Amino acid sequence: MPEIIGKVPIKLKVNGKPISVTVEPRMLLVELLREELDLTGTHVGCDTTYCGACTVLMNGAAVKSCTMFAVQTDGTEITTVEGLEKDGQLHAIQKAFGDSYGLQCGYCTPGLMLSALQLLSRNKQPSEKEIRKAIAGNTCRCTGYQNIFKAIQLAAQNMKRA
Amino acid sequence: MLSELGDDAKLLAGGQSLIPLMKLRFANPSHLVDLNFISATSYIKEENGGLRFGALTRHAEIEASPAAATIPILHDCAAGIADVQVRNRGTIGGSLAEADPSGDWATVLMTLQTEVRCLGTNGSRTVPLADFIKDAYTTVLAYDELVSEVEVKAPPKGSGGAYLAFKRSAPVYPTASAAVQLTMDGDVCKDAAITLGCVGLTAIKAKAAEAALRGQRINDKAITSAMEAARAAADPQSDMRGSADYKRTLVGALVKRAIDLAIRRARGEQVEVSHIYA
Repeated sequence: MPEIIGKVPIKLKVNGKPISVTVEPRMLLVELLREELDLTGTHVGCDTTYCGACTVLMNGAAVKSCTMFAVQTDGTEITTVEGLEKDGQLHAIQKAFGDSYGLQCGYCTPGLMLSALQLLSRNKQPSEKEIRKAIAGNTCRCTGYQNIFKAIQLAAQNMKRA
Repeated sequence: MLSELGDDAKLLAGGQSLIPLMKLRFANPSHLVDLNFISATSYIKEENGGLRFGALTRHAEIEASPAAATIPILHDCAAGIADVQVRNRGTIGGSLAEADPSGDWATVLMTLQTEVRCLGTNGSRTVPLADFIKDAYTTVLAYDELVSEVEVKAPPKGSGGAYLAFKRSAPVYPTASAAVQLTMDGDVCKDAAITLGCVGLTAIKAKAAEAALRGQRINDKAITSAMEAARAAADPQSDMRGSADYKRTLVGALVKRAIDLAIRRARGEQVEVSHIYA
């Protein structure tokens, strides 16, 4: 019988910064981010793989960080909402969410912005349908979808221009 | 390793079903064996006009694959499962091994000739998909076996298929779904495969609905009989997604629409098909 594993050392990059940390195998990625690394911008909403508030990017792909174990991120690069801002400058997506009133309470916003980032890094000119499909896994209960949608359109325009 | 750990151990593929089930304490494995660090388990290979999928091929990889798009019903399925985040993690092999009654892949793959390669300590065996899934959440896999590959034969020339699933929102399982694959010769249906999802303990092969089309000139009357036969074949349960009556009506409507889409595709028309949600 293989022995029960205690804590496991992992190495990953979070928002470009190399991290070495020892985690319990049962720890979820979102717990590592929030509780060990103090990156509380990633939210826990439903904790059942529904709402997308915990969305982060792993190697550029959007994932629900409540539905992955932290040990599974060994050797990967994670991007959270804290990694969007560079040198005190908001990312084009963050700016567009502000300019378009793409948020009310803000709880779903970090996850939505990372879903938008996966979309816009792969598709510079997404159609209306592609934008709606890209954020279908992010629930907003202030029902601000229309402005969120406009924010992503605006971000796409501004990122293309930049 | 699995034979050492015994039957309380679980394999972790994409984790998009297993991890939520563990959080709800519906699954309580003594050990979790993560397959994600094994290389070369994610691939799509074209061979003899068919496709071979590595068990850990993600839904998103299938969605983006031009090879998979040559069998349009596969793209319908891959592109519509849950949402972007789940498709980035969830796998075709994991979906089949999980055998959730509401899973999309089994419903779709039952309309094609699909074989599941199972690998264990005693070597590998190939099981037709219809035999692989025995019951809800139950497959023929022994506790020391895993799914290594899914092989799909390409449908014959003149064949078209479509998969329609209706769900209340993107991340949830569908309320009902229908997969239809028709081989046409002009207006006459030479062969038909119709599978219903989420309306029974496993995907249901609607044999009477298939018989209503097979060998027939396809007109409104034939489609109506197929739809009625599909409704009769469904065995839905009332739950939070809808009453049994509602689901039965819904699955009939999905079959009708999917037949229309399958015929158009069999004629060579390019039609975009996706899961339906608000």
